[in-house]
Amino acid sequence: MAADAIDVLKDVLGPQATASSVVHGVAVFEIAPTTLTGFVERLKRDFGFDIFLDVTAVDWLPATPRFEIVWHFYSTAHKIRVRLKARVPENASVVDSLVGLYGSARFMERECHDMYGIGFRGNADLRPILLYEGFEGHPLRKDYDKAREQPLVPYRT
Amino acid sequence: MIPREATIPIHAAGAKSGAFEYITTKKDELIGWARKFSLFPYPFVTACCAMEFMAVSSTPYDTDRFGAALPRFSPRQADLMMVVGTISHKQAPVLQRVYNQMCEPKWVMAFGACATSGGFYQNYAVLAGIDRIIPVDIYVPGCPPRPEMVIDGIMRLQDLIARSRHPIVTKDF
Repeated sequence: MAADAIDVLKDVLGPQATASSVVHGVAVFEIAPTTLTGFVERLKRDFGFDIFLDVTAVDWLPATPRFEIVWHFYSTAHKIRVRLKARVPENASVVDSLVGLYGSARFMERECHDMYGIGFRGNADLRPILLYEGFEGHPLRKDYDKAREQPLVPYRT
Repeated sequence: MIPREATIPIHAAGAKSGAFEYITTKKDELIGWARKFSLFPYPFVTACCAMEFMAVSSTPYDTDRFGAALPRFSPRQADLMMVVGTISHKQAPVLQRVYNQMCEPKWVMAFGACATSGGFYQNYAVLAGIDRIIPVDIYVPGCPPRPEMVIDGIMRLQDLIARSRHPIVTKDF
């Protein structure tokens, strides 16, 4: 069942993606960042992907484009997952937000913004969610010094 | 048949027998003895060490034997702060504030590797040991520590309290 659904998904949506594959039973599509909203709309409307699982990123420093943004969706009807990937360069690391399609994207995009500094066009509230106000930089970027701490309380001497 | 008069005349009425009417001791020893058996812990519990904290509080290990079983969830009623678990930089102001709200005399136990030193975390998020922001009296390492180690820590803290000076009037009073 699940394998059939993945085949259909690949046949229908494959041509819209730059590359597609199946990894560990998850359909993977690499897409251009500008086609994201249309692609996800089709996933939600035509294929029943009703749960937005996560959005995160991978920092491929020193490769260009530097960031790869990764979205995961799940279909409770077909019981399959799909993964979308899009590469964005460092100087324009912005993609469209998915808050119009999935309300839960609001918090997950905030986390991705915290950790990688990815911008989400259309998400009005990108305040820090796991980090705190005043934190400089994005700690999961490869060029964030791993020993750098930003304490809120002055240390005892 | 139980005799009507107690055999040990602690509360002997009438004629003074001289037994247990007064003892001599040092003020610090007396107060230290009283304080070491009335540790009211405030559990500042943030992470997985909480499981071991529950184990040490429950019947098989029974910290009530040391007078340290009754957790007070108000820092104003507590005198032992048990910091159980990882403290992140984001949480450090909360920890410091709770510590400042506790009345003297107060003691702090760093429970587990993370509270002691940050444990295996060395990154942007984690405070590498709570002694960077508040004074710590006793460290219990372990990831998590065995209940026996926590009990050992409590007993060492009791020794420390028994041996300390206990000024009645301090600069803060």
